Amino acid sequence: MASGHIETDLTSALAGLDRGPRLPKAPTGIRGLDQITAGGLPRGRSTLVTGGTGSGKTLLALQFLVAGAREYGEPGVLVTFEESAGKVSANVASLGWDLDGLQRDGLLVVHAFQVDPAEIVESGVFDFEPLFGLLDDTIERIGAKRVVLDTIEWLYGAFPNQAIVRAELGRLFRRLEARAVTAMVTGERVGNALTRYGIEEYVSDCVIVLDHRMHEEVSTRRLRIVKYRGSAHGTNEYPFLISGHGFVVLPITSVTLNYAASEDRISTGVGRLDHMLAGGLFRGSTVLVSGTMGTGKSTLGAHLINAACARGERALLVLFEESPDQVIRNMRSVGLDMGRWAEAGLLRMWAARPSAFGLETHLAILTQLIEEFAPTVGVLDGIASLTHGPTGPEVTSMLARQIDLLKAAGITTMATTLAPEDDTSMAGISSLADTWLLLRNVESDGERNRLLYVLKSRGSAHSNQAREFVLTDHGAELVDVYVGPAGVLTGSGRLVQEAQERGAELRQDEELMRRRRELRRGIVEAEAQLAVLKDDLAAERAELERIEARDQRQVADAAADRSALAEQRWADPASHGEGGPR
Amino acid sequence: MTGPRNADADARAGAPAPTAEHWELRLYVTGRSPNSVRAIENLQLACEQYLAGQYHIEIVDLLANPRLAADDQILAVPTLVKRLPPPIRKIVGDLSDTDRLLVGLQLRPRKG
Repeated sequence: MASGHIETDLTSALAGLDRGPRLPKAPTGIRGLDQITAGGLPRGRSTLVTGGTGSGKTLLALQFLVAGAREYGEPGVLVTFEESAGKVSANVASLGWDLDGLQRDGLLVVHAFQVDPAEIVESGVFDFEPLFGLLDDTIERIGAKRVVLDTIEWLYGAFPNQAIVRAELGRLFRRLEARAVTAMVTGERVGNALTRYGIEEYVSDCVIVLDHRMHEEVSTRRLRIVKYRGSAHGTNEYPFLISGHGFVVLPITSVTLNYAASEDRISTGVGRLDHMLAGGLFRGSTVLVSGTMGTGKSTLGAHLINAACARGERALLVLFEESPDQVIRNMRSVGLDMGRWAEAGLLRMWAARPSAFGLETHLAILTQLIEEFAPTVGVLDGIASLTHGPTGPEVTSMLARQIDLLKAAGITTMATTLAPEDDTSMAGISSLADTWLLLRNVESDGERNRLLYVLKSRGSAHSNQAREFVLTDHGAELVDVYVGPAGVLTGSGRLVQEAQERGAELRQDEELMRRRRELRRGIVEAEAQLAVLKDDLAAERAELERIEARDQRQVADAAADRSALAEQRWADPASHGEGGPR
Repeated sequence: MTGPRNADADARAGAPAPTAEHWELRLYVTGRSPNSVRAIENLQLACEQYLAGQYHIEIVDLLANPRLAADDQILAVPTLVKRLPPPIRKIVGDLSDTDRLLVGLQLRPRKG
């Protein structure tokens, strides 16, 4: 739970339900099956796998044994009533399972019983003690932890006394349980009944139903857990396929928790897009690019590939709509040379016309390509063309499986799809995507322009702004869009708006300068006036001092005149003194 | 398990078998389980009655050697294998149904 990934419905549901006392499980080694059973089959108990002819039940049972022996150190015993031991080994040799080698190493024992009912005559009561004794002996000899009985129902056909067969099988399952081996028994599904002879009555712990259907000439295999006592399990029908390496069950919902979440970022090849995604895509993540026709979805894919190949990594391009030649030509027109990478062996292109293969085959080829070519980047271009026609659910789940396959292999995947803006048909796919980019055509002023949005980007900050997506002769570029009261402007509209803005800015600058000049002038004027006033003030002060000084001098002169006159008149000093201050 | 072999030795000349054919029989049992014991008894009685002097019985105990079950393709006990005369037939059960036993030994035509 510590992973940064968002939990999907399936895993969170299972995690929530399975918190009680844990039922011990025996992993089947089939990743998808172990996921939907939250760990595998009930350990020490019996599981019934039932299905029609050719539904893959024997293969499932064998993989359970082979995985047990090879990966989990649990030797196994196979009791088959269907084929000879040699034939069983030969059938699975192509899957890389060396049954003979496992037998030599004491990790597997195969007991094949082929008894012709025509040569058996019944006379009185009997029991299956030899079979039980043989199982006991073998389990003890190799320390077996797993037992497969394929198909135990055969006993009903071989022995006419059904009452005895029934009672003996009940005894068999009790004995297996007492031995604490994890058993898998296969049954033949007939009509609506789970098994032809009703052996599900003995196997009450876990029942898995396999189904093989043809729909619109497309073969689809499905697996369903009908019952799993004491354990949470996925209840859907899960598609599976039989690949070159065995059974592959793919839960429709992606179980990202089990993938290593990389902190490593890789470039989308479009610098500003990397910036919008806070540094690029997480390595191994899945990007969905949806958009209307001609919005440049394929070009985004080509950029991702171009960037990967330029780093010397291998890229896989799966084309659902075009041929490799078309793609090389188209991308050259926007300055991306894909042909160079193809020649260098860094790019593998596969034109997968949806009509040419059944979906199973399609998936199997993809699996093969992933294994052989080991790309680090994968682009599924034009996946919507798969959804043409009435095959909806199958196709969606098939796509989900493709994406899951790539994701499981740690491949950074970009899936591009044609989708109208309000289209929800991609909802199933989009839940698998870590990042969802939407490309839109915006029509205004008689031209179409492209907008790119980041709808989601798990585990990462991302820009919520739209960018204009411009295709140039040197690739795609992202340009800021004008967002204002008039809405989002792109293309010429944006250019006009930008020019207008530039004009407005210029005008504003001039106005400011004029104001500054005016103010400065005002200050200078005021300062000048201030200087004049200061001069006036100084002049008036000087005048005032001058006038006062003259007045004092006139008083002194008058007094002097008076005393001179008194001296002349010989006036006595007293009268002279009295009259002095006047 | 000496009983059957003694029966073989005791074969009398005046047996009702019309030909000089020899019945090579092998009976698989598991120890002394009730079914096994009954089968041995029933087989001895039937052989004495219908194949006197013309049969040989070998008893194989799968309890002593469980792996023989895989080699000899024996799932159930008791199983009586008529090895000779051909064709090989397997008669499964405690042989309490004598009619079915004789059908299996091809001493009587198989009925529906």
